[in-house]
Amino acid sequence: MLELCGIHKYYNPGTVNEMCLFRNFDLSIQDGEFVSVVGSNGSGKTSMLNIICGSIPIDKGRIKINNTDITNMPEYKRQRRIGRVYQNPSMGTCPNMTILENMSLADNKGKTFNLLKGTNKKRIDYYKDNLKALNLGLEDKLNIPVGSLSGGQRQAMALLMATMTPIEFLILDEHTAALDPKTAELIMELTDKIVKDKKLTTIMVTHNLRYAVEYGNRLIMMHQGETIIDKSRQEKASIHIDDILDKFNQISIECGN
Amino acid sequence: MLTILIGVLEEGLVYAILALGVYITYKILDFPDLSVDGTFPLGGAITAELIIAGVNPILTLFISFIVGALAGILTGIIHVKLKVRDLLSGIIMMTALYSINLRIAGANVPIFSKESIFENKFLDILIPEVFQPYLVLTILLIIIIIMKVLLDQYLKTKSGYLLRAVGDNDALVTSLAKDKGTVKIVGLALANAFVALAGSVYVQKSGFFEISTGTGAIVIGLASVIIGTNLFKKFSFIKATTAVIAGSIIYKGCVAIAISFGMVTSDMKLVTAILFLAILIISGDRKRRVKSNA
Repeated sequence: MLELCGIHKYYNPGTVNEMCLFRNFDLSIQDGEFVSVVGSNGSGKTSMLNIICGSIPIDKGRIKINNTDITNMPEYKRQRRIGRVYQNPSMGTCPNMTILENMSLADNKGKTFNLLKGTNKKRIDYYKDNLKALNLGLEDKLNIPVGSLSGGQRQAMALLMATMTPIEFLILDEHTAALDPKTAELIMELTDKIVKDKKLTTIMVTHNLRYAVEYGNRLIMMHQGETIIDKSRQEKASIHIDDILDKFNQISIECGN
Repeated sequence: MLTILIGVLEEGLVYAILALGVYITYKILDFPDLSVDGTFPLGGAITAELIIAGVNPILTLFISFIVGALAGILTGIIHVKLKVRDLLSGIIMMTALYSINLRIAGANVPIFSKESIFENKFLDILIPEVFQPYLVLTILLIIIIIMKVLLDQYLKTKSGYLLRAVGDNDALVTSLAKDKGTVKIVGLALANAFVALAGSVYVQKSGFFEISTGTGAIVIGLASVIIGTNLFKKFSFIKATTAVIAGSIIYKGCVAIAISFGMVTSDMKLVTAILFLAILIISGDRKRRVKSNA
Protein backbone atom coordinates (compact mmCIF):
# COMPACT_ATOMS: atom_id res chain seq x y z
CA MET A 1 0.00 0.00 0.00
CA LEU A 2 1.22 3.46 -0.88
CA GLU A 3 0.20 6.41 1.26
CA LEU A 4 0.65 10.14 0.91
CA CYS A 5 -0.28 11.84 4.18
CA GLY A 6 -0.70 15.57 4.64
CA ILE A 7 1.57 16.58 1.77
CA HIS A 8 2.43 20.28 1.46
CA LYS A 9 4.28 21.43 -1.62
CA TYR A 10 5.19 25.02 -2.49
CA TYR A 11 6.90 26.17 -5.65
CA ASN A 12 9.27 29.18 -5.50
CA PRO A 13 8.82 29.65 -1.76
CA GLY A 14 9.68 33.08 -0.44
CA THR A 15 9.37 34.85 -3.79
CA VAL A 16 6.56 36.83 -5.43
CA ASN A 17 5.94 33.77 -7.59
CA GLU A 18 5.26 31.55 -4.61
CA MET A 19 2.66 28.99 -5.50
CA CYS A 20 1.09 26.47 -3.23
CA LEU A 21 0.31 23.29 -5.14
CA PHE A 22 -0.58 20.83 -2.39
CA ARG A 23 -2.08 21.84 0.92
CA ASN A 24 -2.66 18.84 3.15
CA PHE A 25 -2.96 16.42 0.27
CA ASP A 26 -3.84 12.81 1.14
CA LEU A 27 -4.00 9.78 -1.07
CA SER A 28 -3.72 6.09 -0.44
CA ILE A 29 -3.40 3.42 -3.07
CA GLN A 30 -4.09 -0.23 -2.27
CA ASP A 31 -2.04 -3.12 -3.60
CA GLY A 32 -3.22 -4.29 -7.00
CA GLU A 33 -4.96 -1.06 -7.90
CA PHE A 34 -4.51 0.39 -11.38
CA VAL A 35 -5.20 4.08 -10.92
CA SER A 36 -5.78 6.40 -13.86
CA VAL A 37 -5.16 10.05 -13.02
CA VAL A 38 -6.60 12.85 -15.14
CA GLY A 39 -6.72 16.59 -14.73
CA SER A 40 -5.85 19.84 -16.45
CA ASN A 41 -2.32 21.19 -16.81
CA GLY A 42 -0.91 22.37 -13.51
CA SER A 43 -3.36 20.34 -11.46
CA GLY A 44 -0.49 18.49 -9.77
CA LYS A 45 -0.57 15.10 -11.51
CA THR A 46 3.08 14.96 -12.50
CA SER A 47 4.13 16.66 -9.25
CA MET A 48 2.35 13.89 -7.38
CA LEU A 49 4.34 11.24 -9.29
CA ASN A 50 7.56 13.17 -8.68
CA ILE A 51 6.77 13.30 -4.98
CA ILE A 52 6.11 9.55 -4.85
CA CYS A 53 9.37 8.82 -6.69
CA GLY A 54 11.35 11.35 -4.68
CA SER A 55 12.33 13.46 -7.71
CA ILE A 56 11.20 16.64 -5.96
CA PRO A 57 11.29 17.43 -2.23
CA ILE A 58 8.15 18.13 -0.22
CA ASP A 59 7.68 20.85 2.39
CA LYS A 60 5.60 18.83 4.84
CA GLY A 61 3.93 15.45 5.08
CA ARG A 62 4.84 11.78 4.91
CA ILE A 63 5.13 9.19 2.19
CA LYS A 64 4.73 5.57 3.20
CA ILE A 65 5.04 2.26 1.39
CA ASN A 66 3.54 -0.70 3.27
CA ASN A 67 3.70 1.39 6.45
CA THR A 68 7.44 2.08 6.12
CA ASP A 69 8.20 5.76 5.97
CA ILE A 70 10.16 6.61 2.81
CA THR A 71 9.83 10.40 3.04
CA ASN A 72 13.57 10.89 3.44
CA MET A 73 14.71 8.04 1.23
CA PRO A 74 16.70 9.32 -1.76
CA GLU A 75 15.16 8.96 -5.21
CA TYR A 76 17.49 6.25 -6.47
CA LYS A 77 16.81 3.98 -3.48
CA ARG A 78 13.05 4.22 -3.93
CA GLN A 79 13.45 3.13 -7.53
CA ARG A 80 14.30 -0.39 -6.41
CA ARG A 81 10.57 -1.00 -5.82
CA ILE A 82 9.33 1.38 -8.49
CA GLY A 83 9.38 1.20 -12.27
CA ARG A 84 8.75 4.45 -14.11
CA VAL A 85 7.97 5.26 -17.73
CA TYR A 86 8.17 8.90 -18.80
CA GLN A 87 6.31 10.90 -21.42
CA ASN A 88 9.52 11.39 -23.39
CA PRO A 89 10.44 8.03 -24.97
CA SER A 90 14.16 8.81 -24.75
CA MET A 91 14.04 9.05 -20.95
CA GLY A 92 13.67 5.32 -20.43
CA THR A 93 16.54 4.04 -22.57
CA CYS A 94 20.18 4.83 -23.36
CA PRO A 95 20.28 6.05 -26.98
CA ASN A 96 23.97 5.32 -27.62
CA MET A 97 23.83 1.80 -26.25
CA THR A 98 22.49 -1.18 -28.17
CA ILE A 99 19.16 -2.88 -27.51
CA LEU A 100 21.00 -5.82 -25.99
CA GLU A 101 23.05 -3.57 -23.69
CA ASN A 102 19.92 -1.70 -22.60
CA MET A 103 18.13 -4.96 -21.82
CA SER A 104 21.16 -6.19 -19.86
CA LEU A 105 21.23 -3.00 -17.83
CA ALA A 106 17.55 -3.29 -16.96
CA ASP A 107 17.94 -6.96 -16.12
CA ASN A 108 20.61 -6.10 -13.55
CA LYS A 109 18.44 -3.66 -11.60
CA GLY A 110 18.61 -4.36 -7.88
CA LYS A 111 21.84 -6.31 -8.22
CA THR A 112 25.40 -4.98 -8.00
CA PHE A 113 27.04 -3.51 -11.07
CA ASN A 114 30.43 -5.20 -10.70
CA LEU A 115 33.27 -6.18 -13.03
CA LEU A 116 31.54 -9.25 -14.44
CA LYS A 117 30.54 -9.26 -18.09
CA GLY A 118 27.83 -6.69 -18.78
CA THR A 119 25.74 -9.01 -20.92
CA ASN A 120 25.04 -12.52 -19.71
CA LYS A 121 24.92 -14.64 -22.89
CA LYS A 122 22.57 -17.13 -21.26
CA ARG A 123 19.96 -14.39 -20.90
CA ILE A 124 19.92 -13.35 -24.56
CA ASP A 125 17.17 -15.81 -25.45
CA TYR A 126 15.08 -14.47 -22.59
CA TYR A 127 15.53 -10.92 -23.87
CA LYS A 128 14.60 -12.06 -27.36
CA ASP A 129 11.40 -13.68 -26.11
CA ASN A 130 10.49 -10.50 -24.25
CA LEU A 131 11.15 -8.34 -27.31
CA LYS A 132 9.26 -10.74 -29.55
CA ALA A 133 6.19 -10.24 -27.42
CA LEU A 134 6.20 -6.58 -28.46
CA ASN A 135 5.66 -7.57 -32.10
CA LEU A 136 7.94 -4.79 -33.30
CA GLY A 137 10.68 -6.95 -34.77
CA LEU A 138 13.19 -5.68 -32.21
CA GLU A 139 14.40 -9.20 -31.42
CA ASP A 140 16.36 -9.19 -34.71
CA LYS A 141 18.03 -5.84 -34.04
CA LEU A 142 19.78 -6.62 -30.77
CA ASN A 143 23.02 -4.94 -31.78
CA ILE A 144 21.75 -1.63 -33.08
CA PRO A 145 21.75 1.48 -30.86
CA VAL A 146 18.40 2.33 -29.30
CA GLY A 147 18.79 5.92 -30.54
CA SER A 148 18.00 4.77 -34.07
CA LEU A 149 14.60 3.34 -33.10
CA SER A 150 11.32 5.23 -33.45
CA GLY A 151 9.64 6.86 -30.48
CA GLY A 152 7.06 4.09 -30.22
CA GLN A 153 9.67 1.34 -30.35
CA ARG A 154 11.71 3.13 -27.69
CA GLN A 155 8.69 3.58 -25.46
CA ALA A 156 7.85 -0.10 -25.79
CA MET A 157 11.41 -0.90 -24.75
CA ALA A 158 11.24 1.58 -21.88
CA LEU A 159 8.08 -0.14 -20.63
CA LEU A 160 9.69 -3.55 -20.97
CA MET A 161 12.84 -2.38 -19.17
CA ALA A 162 10.94 -0.70 -16.35
CA THR A 163 9.00 -3.90 -15.60
CA MET A 164 11.71 -6.47 -16.26
CA THR A 165 12.80 -7.03 -12.67
CA PRO A 166 10.36 -7.57 -9.80
CA ILE A 167 8.89 -4.20 -8.77
CA GLU A 168 5.93 -3.24 -6.61
CA PHE A 169 4.77 -0.05 -8.29
CA LEU A 170 4.59 1.03 -11.89
CA ILE A 171 4.48 4.78 -12.48
CA LEU A 172 3.34 5.90 -15.91
CA ASP A 173 3.75 9.60 -16.61
CA GLU A 174 1.66 10.37 -19.73
CA HIS A 175 3.60 7.58 -21.36
CA THR A 176 1.50 7.54 -24.52
CA ALA A 177 1.29 11.33 -24.98
CA ALA A 178 4.22 11.65 -27.40
CA LEU A 179 3.09 8.79 -29.62
CA ASP A 180 0.82 8.63 -32.66
CA PRO A 181 -2.70 7.27 -31.99
CA LYS A 182 -2.00 3.80 -33.35
CA THR A 183 1.27 3.36 -31.48
CA ALA A 184 -0.31 4.83 -28.35
CA GLU A 185 -3.02 2.18 -28.60
CA LEU A 186 -0.39 -0.53 -28.94
CA ILE A 187 1.60 0.71 -25.96
CA MET A 188 -1.58 0.99 -23.89
CA GLU A 189 -2.58 -2.62 -24.65
CA LEU A 190 0.94 -3.72 -23.83
CA THR A 191 0.82 -1.80 -20.55
CA ASP A 192 -2.44 -3.43 -19.58
CA LYS A 193 -1.07 -6.88 -20.37
CA ILE A 194 2.10 -6.33 -18.34
CA VAL A 195 0.19 -4.87 -15.39
CA LYS A 196 -2.20 -7.84 -15.35
CA ASP A 197 0.52 -10.47 -15.89
CA LYS A 198 2.80 -9.12 -13.18
CA LYS A 199 -0.04 -7.92 -10.90
CA LEU A 200 1.56 -4.49 -10.51
CA THR A 201 0.12 -1.64 -8.51
CA THR A 202 0.00 1.08 -11.14
CA ILE A 203 -0.49 4.83 -11.27
CA MET A 204 -1.05 6.19 -14.76
CA VAL A 205 -1.27 9.89 -15.50
CA THR A 206 -2.93 10.51 -18.84
CA HIS A 207 -4.62 13.23 -20.86
CA ASN A 208 -6.49 10.63 -22.84
CA LEU A 209 -9.88 10.38 -21.12
CA ARG A 210 -10.80 7.26 -23.05
CA TYR A 211 -7.73 5.41 -21.73
CA ALA A 212 -8.49 6.69 -18.25
CA VAL A 213 -12.00 5.25 -18.43
CA GLU A 214 -11.16 2.04 -20.30
CA TYR A 215 -8.13 0.92 -18.36
CA GLY A 216 -7.56 0.42 -14.69
CA ASN A 217 -9.87 -0.07 -11.75
CA ARG A 218 -9.77 3.37 -10.13
CA LEU A 219 -10.05 6.86 -11.57
CA ILE A 220 -8.87 10.06 -9.99
CA MET A 221 -9.36 13.55 -11.31
CA MET A 222 -7.16 16.26 -9.91
CA HIS A 223 -7.65 20.00 -9.83
CA GLN A 224 -5.46 22.61 -8.14
CA GLY A 225 -3.74 20.06 -5.96
CA GLU A 226 -6.88 18.24 -4.85
CA THR A 227 -8.70 15.13 -5.93
CA ILE A 228 -12.15 16.14 -7.14
CA ILE A 229 -13.20 12.77 -8.50
CA ASP A 230 -12.13 9.46 -6.96
CA LYS A 231 -14.04 6.42 -8.18
CA SER A 232 -12.99 2.83 -7.78
CA ARG A 233 -14.19 -0.64 -8.80
CA GLN A 234 -17.94 -0.68 -9.62
CA GLU A 235 -18.25 3.08 -9.38
CA LYS A 236 -15.51 3.45 -11.94
CA ALA A 237 -17.05 0.84 -14.23
CA SER A 238 -20.18 2.95 -14.54
CA ILE A 239 -18.34 6.19 -15.24
CA HIS A 240 -18.45 7.61 -18.75
CA ILE A 241 -16.17 9.94 -20.70
CA ASP A 242 -18.93 12.56 -20.83
CA ASP A 243 -19.10 12.67 -17.03
CA ILE A 244 -15.43 13.56 -16.85
CA LEU A 245 -15.74 16.04 -19.70
CA ASP A 246 -18.60 17.77 -17.89
CA LYS A 247 -16.45 18.07 -14.82
CA PHE A 248 -13.62 19.48 -16.93
CA ASN A 249 -15.95 22.13 -18.36
CA GLN A 250 -17.18 22.97 -14.90
CA ILE A 251 -13.60 23.54 -13.71
CA SER A 252 -12.82 25.69 -16.72
CA ILE A 253 -15.78 27.92 -15.99
CA GLU A 254 -14.72 28.24 -12.36
CA CYS A 255 -11.28 29.25 -13.54
CA GLY A 256 -12.83 31.84 -15.83
CA ASN A 257 -11.84 30.28 -19.14
CA MET B 1 62.78 11.85 -41.67
CA LEU B 2 62.51 8.52 -39.88
CA THR B 3 63.60 10.07 -36.60
CA ILE B 4 60.92 12.74 -36.95
CA LEU B 5 58.33 10.06 -37.64
CA ILE B 6 59.42 8.04 -34.62
CA GLY B 7 59.39 11.22 -32.54
CA VAL B 8 55.81 11.97 -33.60
CA LEU B 9 54.70 8.41 -32.89
CA GLU B 10 56.33 8.49 -29.45
CA GLU B 11 54.77 11.81 -28.49
CA GLY B 12 51.45 10.68 -29.92
CA LEU B 13 51.43 7.45 -27.93
CA VAL B 14 52.28 9.19 -24.65
CA TYR B 15 49.45 11.64 -25.14
CA ALA B 16 47.19 8.81 -26.32
CA ILE B 17 47.10 7.53 -22.73
CA LEU B 18 45.93 11.00 -21.67
CA ALA B 19 43.47 11.07 -24.56
CA LEU B 20 41.91 7.78 -23.38
CA GLY B 21 41.30 9.46 -20.03
CA VAL B 22 39.77 12.52 -21.67
CA TYR B 23 37.66 10.19 -23.82
CA ILE B 24 36.12 8.76 -20.64
CA THR B 25 35.10 12.17 -19.29
CA TYR B 26 34.30 14.06 -22.49
CA LYS B 27 32.65 11.37 -24.59
CA ILE B 28 31.34 8.82 -22.12
CA LEU B 29 30.49 10.95 -19.08
CA ASP B 30 29.77 14.15 -21.03
CA PHE B 31 31.74 16.02 -18.37
CA PRO B 32 34.25 18.75 -19.40
CA ASP B 33 36.92 17.84 -16.87
CA LEU B 34 39.62 20.51 -16.63
CA SER B 35 41.33 18.83 -13.68
CA VAL B 36 43.33 17.03 -16.39
CA ASP B 37 45.61 20.08 -16.54
CA GLY B 38 46.51 19.36 -12.93
CA THR B 39 46.52 15.55 -12.87
CA PHE B 40 48.84 15.19 -15.89
CA PRO B 41 51.73 17.02 -14.14
CA LEU B 42 50.65 15.41 -10.84
CA GLY B 43 51.57 11.99 -12.25
CA GLY B 44 54.83 13.52 -13.50
CA ALA B 45 55.71 15.22 -10.23
CA ILE B 46 55.14 12.08 -8.19
CA THR B 47 57.12 9.97 -10.64
CA ALA B 48 60.08 12.38 -10.65
CA GLU B 49 60.24 12.44 -6.87
CA LEU B 50 59.81 8.68 -6.50
CA ILE B 51 62.48 7.91 -9.10
CA ILE B 52 64.93 10.25 -7.35
CA ALA B 53 64.10 8.43 -4.12
CA GLY B 54 65.06 5.20 -5.86
CA VAL B 55 61.61 3.63 -6.34
CA ASN B 56 61.26 1.09 -9.16
CA PRO B 57 60.17 2.99 -12.32
CA ILE B 58 57.43 0.46 -13.12
CA LEU B 59 56.02 0.85 -9.62
CA THR B 60 55.82 4.62 -10.16
CA LEU B 61 53.36 3.95 -12.99
CA PHE B 62 50.99 2.19 -10.61
CA ILE B 63 51.41 4.82 -7.91
CA SER B 64 50.71 7.64 -10.39
CA PHE B 65 47.63 5.76 -11.61
CA ILE B 66 46.26 5.49 -8.08
CA VAL B 67 47.07 9.08 -7.09
CA GLY B 68 45.43 10.28 -10.31
CA ALA B 69 42.33 8.28 -9.39
CA LEU B 70 42.25 9.93 -5.96
CA ALA B 71 42.45 13.39 -7.56
CA GLY B 72 39.60 12.38 -9.87
CA ILE B 73 37.53 11.28 -6.89
CA LEU B 74 38.09 14.71 -5.32
CA THR B 75 36.88 16.46 -8.49
CA GLY B 76 33.88 14.15 -8.41
CA ILE B 77 33.11 14.90 -4.78
CA ILE B 78 33.34 18.65 -5.42
CA HIS B 79 30.87 18.26 -8.28
CA VAL B 80 28.51 15.62 -6.91
CA LYS B 81 28.46 16.14 -3.16
CA LEU B 82 29.19 19.87 -2.95
CA LYS B 83 27.07 20.52 -6.07
CA VAL B 84 29.58 22.73 -7.88
CA ARG B 85 29.11 22.95 -11.66
CA ASP B 86 31.17 20.45 -13.68
CA LEU B 87 33.40 23.02 -15.38
CA LEU B 88 34.10 24.86 -12.13
CA SER B 89 34.90 21.67 -10.21
CA GLY B 90 37.64 20.96 -12.74
CA ILE B 91 38.99 24.50 -12.57
CA ILE B 92 39.14 24.38 -8.78
CA MET B 93 40.98 21.07 -8.88
CA MET B 94 43.36 22.23 -11.61
CA THR B 95 44.27 25.41 -9.72
CA ALA B 96 44.78 23.59 -6.43
CA LEU B 97 46.90 20.90 -8.07
CA TYR B 98 49.25 23.51 -9.57
CA SER B 99 50.47 24.44 -6.10
CA ILE B 100 50.40 20.85 -4.92
CA ASN B 101 52.60 19.79 -7.84
CA LEU B 102 55.06 22.58 -7.00
CA ARG B 103 55.05 21.37 -3.41
CA ILE B 104 55.70 17.78 -4.45
CA ALA B 105 58.43 18.34 -7.01
CA GLY B 106 59.19 22.01 -7.60
CA ALA B 107 59.09 23.75 -10.96
CA ASN B 108 61.78 21.74 -12.72
CA VAL B 109 63.25 18.35 -11.76
CA PRO B 110 65.77 16.57 -14.02
CA ILE B 111 65.90 12.77 -13.78
CA PHE B 112 68.14 12.14 -16.84
CA SER B 113 70.72 10.17 -14.89
CA LYS B 114 68.19 7.93 -13.17
CA GLU B 115 66.68 4.64 -14.30
CA SER B 116 63.30 4.80 -16.01
CA ILE B 117 60.97 2.36 -17.74
CA PHE B 118 62.83 3.27 -20.95
CA GLU B 119 66.39 3.14 -19.63
CA ASN B 120 67.43 0.57 -17.09
CA LYS B 121 69.88 -2.27 -16.53
CA PHE B 122 67.57 -5.01 -17.76
CA LEU B 123 66.90 -3.31 -21.05
CA ASP B 124 70.61 -2.63 -21.55
CA ILE B 125 71.35 -6.34 -21.22
CA LEU B 126 68.27 -7.59 -23.06
CA ILE B 127 68.01 -5.30 -26.05
CA PRO B 128 70.64 -5.38 -28.82
CA GLU B 129 72.24 -2.11 -29.96
CA VAL B 130 70.55 -2.06 -33.40
CA PHE B 131 67.11 -2.11 -31.87
CA GLN B 132 67.86 0.83 -29.59
CA PRO B 133 66.16 3.56 -31.73
CA TYR B 134 62.82 1.68 -31.59
CA LEU B 135 62.99 0.76 -27.94
CA VAL B 136 60.99 3.70 -26.55
CA LEU B 137 58.36 3.30 -29.25
CA THR B 138 57.99 -0.41 -28.51
CA ILE B 139 57.61 0.13 -24.78
CA LEU B 140 55.05 2.87 -25.39
CA LEU B 141 53.14 0.59 -27.75
CA ILE B 142 53.00 -2.12 -25.11
CA ILE B 143 51.70 0.35 -22.49
CA ILE B 144 49.05 1.85 -24.74
CA ILE B 145 47.83 -1.56 -25.91
CA ILE B 146 47.51 -2.75 -22.31
CA MET B 147 45.63 0.42 -21.31
CA LYS B 148 43.36 0.29 -24.35
CA VAL B 149 42.45 -3.37 -23.82
CA LEU B 150 41.84 -2.74 -20.13
CA LEU B 151 39.53 0.17 -20.91
CA ASP B 152 37.70 -1.77 -23.64
CA GLN B 153 37.19 -4.70 -21.31
CA TYR B 154 36.04 -2.46 -18.47
CA LEU B 155 33.45 -0.78 -20.67
CA LYS B 156 31.96 -4.22 -21.34
CA THR B 157 31.45 -5.03 -17.67
CA LYS B 158 28.29 -4.28 -15.71
CA SER B 159 30.07 -1.37 -14.04
CA GLY B 160 31.23 -0.14 -17.46
CA TYR B 161 27.67 -0.35 -18.81
CA LEU B 162 26.53 1.83 -15.92
CA LEU B 163 29.28 4.37 -16.63
CA ARG B 164 28.19 4.62 -20.27
CA ALA B 165 24.56 4.88 -19.19
CA VAL B 166 25.21 7.81 -16.83
CA GLY B 167 26.65 9.93 -19.63
CA ASP B 168 23.98 8.82 -22.06
CA ASN B 169 20.89 9.22 -19.88
CA ASP B 170 21.41 9.65 -16.16
CA ALA B 171 17.68 9.35 -15.44
CA LEU B 172 17.98 5.71 -16.43
CA VAL B 173 20.74 5.13 -13.89
CA THR B 174 18.45 6.51 -11.19
CA SER B 175 15.65 4.25 -12.34
CA LEU B 176 18.05 1.30 -12.03
CA ALA B 177 18.19 2.19 -8.32
CA LYS B 178 21.79 3.38 -8.60
CA ASP B 179 23.17 6.69 -7.40
CA LYS B 180 24.24 8.53 -10.54
CA GLY B 181 26.64 10.70 -8.50
CA THR B 182 28.69 7.70 -7.41
CA VAL B 183 28.92 6.47 -10.98
CA LYS B 184 30.18 9.89 -12.09
CA ILE B 185 32.84 9.84 -9.37
CA VAL B 186 33.98 6.39 -10.54
CA GLY B 187 34.27 7.71 -14.10
CA LEU B 188 36.27 10.76 -13.04
CA ALA B 189 38.58 8.59 -10.95
CA LEU B 190 39.25 6.26 -13.87
CA ALA B 191 39.80 9.14 -16.31
CA ASN B 192 42.24 11.01 -14.09
CA ALA B 193 44.07 7.78 -13.29
CA PHE B 194 44.77 7.39 -17.02
CA VAL B 195 45.86 11.04 -17.23
CA ALA B 196 48.26 10.79 -14.28
CA LEU B 197 49.69 7.59 -15.76
CA ALA B 198 50.32 9.53 -18.99
CA GLY B 199 52.10 12.18 -16.92
CA SER B 200 54.30 9.53 -15.35
CA VAL B 201 55.24 8.03 -18.72
CA TYR B 202 55.85 11.50 -20.16
CA VAL B 203 58.32 12.44 -17.42
CA GLN B 204 60.19 9.15 -17.74
CA LYS B 205 60.43 9.57 -21.50
CA SER B 206 61.56 13.21 -21.48
CA GLY B 207 63.88 12.78 -18.51
CA PHE B 208 62.66 15.76 -16.55
CA PHE B 209 59.59 17.12 -14.82
CA GLU B 210 58.40 20.60 -15.65
CA ILE B 211 55.36 22.29 -14.10
CA SER B 212 54.31 23.92 -17.40
CA THR B 213 53.62 20.56 -19.11
CA GLY B 214 50.19 20.60 -17.55
CA THR B 215 49.06 23.81 -19.19
CA GLY B 216 46.93 22.89 -22.16
CA ALA B 217 47.01 19.14 -21.50
CA ILE B 218 43.21 19.09 -21.66
CA VAL B 219 43.30 20.79 -25.06
CA ILE B 220 45.65 18.16 -26.45
CA GLY B 221 43.42 15.45 -25.02
CA LEU B 222 40.23 16.97 -26.37
CA ALA B 223 41.77 17.55 -29.79
CA SER B 224 42.86 13.91 -29.96
CA VAL B 225 39.43 12.66 -28.94
CA ILE B 226 37.59 14.91 -31.39
CA ILE B 227 39.95 14.19 -34.31
CA GLY B 228 39.85 10.47 -33.65
CA THR B 229 36.14 10.03 -33.11
CA ASN B 230 35.18 12.25 -36.04
CA LEU B 231 37.69 10.86 -38.50
CA PHE B 232 36.71 7.25 -37.87
CA LYS B 233 33.00 7.86 -37.27
CA LYS B 234 32.04 6.08 -40.49
CA PHE B 235 34.11 3.01 -39.76
CA SER B 236 31.99 1.26 -37.21
CA PHE B 237 34.42 -1.66 -36.94
CA ILE B 238 37.07 0.66 -35.47
CA LYS B 239 36.59 0.98 -31.73
CA ALA B 240 36.37 4.50 -30.32
CA THR B 241 39.40 3.84 -28.12
CA THR B 242 41.49 2.91 -31.19
CA ALA B 243 40.24 6.02 -32.95
CA VAL B 244 41.26 8.20 -30.00
CA ILE B 245 44.80 6.77 -30.03
CA ALA B 246 45.05 7.40 -33.78
CA GLY B 247 43.66 10.90 -33.18
CA SER B 248 46.43 11.64 -30.72
CA ILE B 249 49.14 10.55 -33.20
CA ILE B 250 47.55 12.56 -36.02
CA TYR B 251 47.35 15.59 -33.78
CA LYS B 252 51.01 15.35 -32.81
CA GLY B 253 51.78 14.95 -36.53
CA CYS B 254 49.97 18.22 -37.27
CA VAL B 255 51.95 19.97 -34.54
CA ALA B 256 55.22 18.59 -35.96
CA ILE B 257 54.28 19.92 -39.41
CA ALA B 258 53.50 23.33 -37.94
CA ILE B 259 56.87 23.40 -36.24
CA SER B 260 58.67 22.38 -39.43
CA PHE B 261 57.24 25.54 -40.98
CA GLY B 262 59.44 27.62 -38.71
CA MET B 263 57.52 27.75 -35.44
CA VAL B 264 59.65 27.50 -32.32
CA THR B 265 58.95 25.56 -29.12
CA SER B 266 57.63 28.62 -27.34
CA ASP B 267 54.93 28.88 -30.00
CA MET B 268 53.68 25.40 -29.11
CA LYS B 269 50.67 26.48 -27.07
CA LEU B 270 49.63 28.92 -29.78
CA VAL B 271 49.91 26.16 -32.37
CA THR B 272 47.95 23.86 -30.08
CA ALA B 273 45.19 26.41 -29.58
CA ILE B 274 44.85 27.30 -33.28
CA LEU B 275 44.90 23.66 -34.33
CA PHE B 276 42.26 22.85 -31.73
CA LEU B 277 40.05 25.68 -32.98
CA ALA B 278 40.49 24.49 -36.55
CA ILE B 279 39.53 20.96 -35.53
CA LEU B 280 36.45 22.16 -33.69
CA ILE B 281 35.29 24.17 -36.69
CA ILE B 282 35.95 21.40 -39.21
CA SER B 283 34.33 18.67 -37.13
CA GLY B 284 31.30 20.75 -36.16
CA ASP B 285 31.82 19.76 -32.53
CA ARG B 286 31.69 23.38 -31.35
CA LYS B 287 28.54 23.30 -29.33
CA ARG B 288 28.50 21.27 -26.21
CA ARG B 289 26.19 18.38 -26.65
CA VAL B 290 22.82 19.46 -25.36
CA LYS B 291 21.04 16.77 -23.45
CA SER B 292 18.23 15.77 -25.74
CA ASN B 293 16.39 14.13 -22.90
CA ALA B 294 16.50 16.91 -20.35
